[in-house]
Amino acid sequence: MADEKTNSPKTGSAPINVGLFATCLVDLFRPTVGFAAAQLIEAAGCTVHVPDQTCCGQPAHNSGDRNNTRQIARQVIETFERFDYVVAPSGSCGGMIAVHYPELFADDPEWSRRARALAAKTFELTTFLADIMKIEGVTAHYDGTATYHDACAGLRELGVRDQPRELLAGVDGLAVEEMAETEACCGFGGTFCVKYGEISTDIVSRKTANVVKTGADLLLAGDLGCLLNIAGRLKREGSSVQVRHVAEVLAGMTDQVPPIGEAGETGGEG
Amino acid sequence: MAMEFMKPGAFKENANKAIADPDLRDAMAMINSGMIPNRQGAVDKLPEFEKLSQRGRELKDHVLGHLDFYLERFERNCKAAGGQVHWCSTPEDARQAVLKICQSVDATTVTKGKSMIAEEIHLNDFLEKHDIEPVETDLGEYIIQLAEEPPSHIIGPAIHKTKDQVSDLFLKHHAKLGRTERQTEPPKMVNEAREILRQKYFDADVGITGANYLIAETGSSIIVTNEGNGDLTQTLPKIHIVVASLEKVVPTLEDATTFLRILARSATGQEFSAYTTISTGARRDDDVDGPGEYHVILLDNGRSAMLGTEVQDMLRCIRCGACMNHCPVYQSVGGHTYGTVYVGPMGAVLSPALLGVSETKHLPCASTFCGRCEEVCPVSIPLPHLLRQWRQRSFEAGDVPAMERWGLSAWAFFAKRPWLYGAGARLAMRGLAFLGRKQGRMRNLWFAGGWTKGRDLPAPEGQTFQERWRKQQRERKFS
Repeated sequence: MADEKTNSPKTGSAPINVGLFATCLVDLFRPTVGFAAAQLIEAAGCTVHVPDQTCCGQPAHNSGDRNNTRQIARQVIETFERFDYVVAPSGSCGGMIAVHYPELFADDPEWSRRARALAAKTFELTTFLADIMKIEGVTAHYDGTATYHDACAGLRELGVRDQPRELLAGVDGLAVEEMAETEACCGFGGTFCVKYGEISTDIVSRKTANVVKTGADLLLAGDLGCLLNIAGRLKREGSSVQVRHVAEVLAGMTDQVPPIGEAGETGGEG
Repeated sequence: MAMEFMKPGAFKENANKAIADPDLRDAMAMINSGMIPNRQGAVDKLPEFEKLSQRGRELKDHVLGHLDFYLERFERNCKAAGGQVHWCSTPEDARQAVLKICQSVDATTVTKGKSMIAEEIHLNDFLEKHDIEPVETDLGEYIIQLAEEPPSHIIGPAIHKTKDQVSDLFLKHHAKLGRTERQTEPPKMVNEAREILRQKYFDADVGITGANYLIAETGSSIIVTNEGNGDLTQTLPKIHIVVASLEKVVPTLEDATTFLRILARSATGQEFSAYTTISTGARRDDDVDGPGEYHVILLDNGRSAMLGTEVQDMLRCIRCGACMNHCPVYQSVGGHTYGTVYVGPMGAVLSPALLGVSETKHLPCASTFCGRCEEVCPVSIPLPHLLRQWRQRSFEAGDVPAMERWGLSAWAFFAKRPWLYGAGARLAMRGLAFLGRKQGRMRNLWFAGGWTKGRDLPAPEGQTFQERWRKQQRERKFS
């Protein structure tokens, strides 16, 4: 299994090895989020590793396919258990590993132990930066007003709420305007969004209405699934609100990629 | 019922109709503007809410662990207080028991307080077939009875109706009673209904109510209402019939107060409902009023089979409706879409137990797993977890459509083979990026119509993260 290391920052003590669980959506749709996450984790004094990976298994888990879910979970556990921490730029996939993996092996003591051990050191990106590495702040700059959507799994399974806001408060030039019902679901729900497309579209329309009402020019969240969904609806409605993963702004990488769902050489004012 | 087309198997079709219905959208808007903030306000005002909630959960778990004991105790004390208990395994048993009691006094009219168990056993249709007129006395139930519709919410049965629709409905049905003026002011509408219902209370031979709690230590039943209709329903007629399901039993009156304190707050955002009424047995010689007979129909209907299974936690439910109010899917499609008596997240968990997994297979699937239902549940029922249990049973029973099953297998095949997955992903993302290269998104994609019908699909950047990362690592190594 390939495992390439970045140059370890000089921390003065034993390096903290972080396995980056990029998530399948970031891997496929938005590599920049992976690089942004890696840069933030490195800046916090850790060494980032990206072992070969596919998916956390949620599509199978949420479809009731227990066998495939367990097989995929075992693969993730085997791949990532050697790191000090596992970090995902997603509360949904982070929650899958940190909350649901232990449930999967309740009847298998050996795998249950390994699943619990991995769960204990798995974190969503902003939580890892703010709560575990306790970073002082970020050095990014972005001129504009953002509103932040609380992605469901991160919020309710992992308690991600204040961490991204605290970090965003440190972004030079950025104002944050809270939207109404920020804790309401955007309607993505994994395979739900295609199996029940009309319902999903109706739910995301309530979300985009709340986004637009804030007057913000940028919508941020910590989960690419929600972001693809909200961006897709905003663009269909002809809205000019830009959409990005929170890590892109925190890492100051908005000049490296256009906003989600938009074309162009570069995007953003950062 | 006028809503025959509303079957759980037609969930998707029902949902599409609901989403296209502007009146429904207007009516449902009050959930976000009223019910959700009201509940939050009421919960915030009670510092010990969490503690009560925890106590409620423990109490329910305790009762479910000793259900036989508490039910037998309830029966003994109910009988001792002059009441009668009828054990009914099925809805048909319960209907027959009710009919027999009604026929014993040649009843032609029965008044009814709001009861979900009466809905569950489809009591009104049955009574009508036997020439007994059921009269709903709860305002919401009265409205949907006039409209010949089932309830769309367990607390607010007519929540799907706009005020204008109710005005029309009242005019249509009340005109023949001499009320020819269309009322549009809510207090006037309520008064009109109240005046028409008033005589019914005196006409009724039997009054039927539900029960929020059955008290084992006293053999009593408790109902909570906001209109006082339940009191008139159960005290004026000759006979009071309580229809209740097994899990409504709690050990003591003191225990019931724990639930009373979390129920109204979770349901309507009230600190307490306007009326909380305790009924114990039939009228005694020195009582000034009350029914001559007091019957409790104890319905099982699949509940005892849930004990000891992975869905037992559902039996903790106190029917507050907070889960549906906070459910994004329920907010979009309303209650009728589910095609079942119980709707929203609690209905999607309970209905498969009552009706079978195959019959209701859409209900557990139509959830984003956002988890808000569990968050607001006052007795901490892990609703998303239970929905997933049903999905597993459904998957294992082969109820998943062949295309979906095939797609899942194909995806899992690659997900378990990182090298193959990476190769396929690189190819697929290049293709998608090419399709979306001009605008950064796609408006139409033949194989993703479920997505692109209502949303654009943002295009991928092109190369996968792992591909770019490895390339960058190689460059770092050799630079």
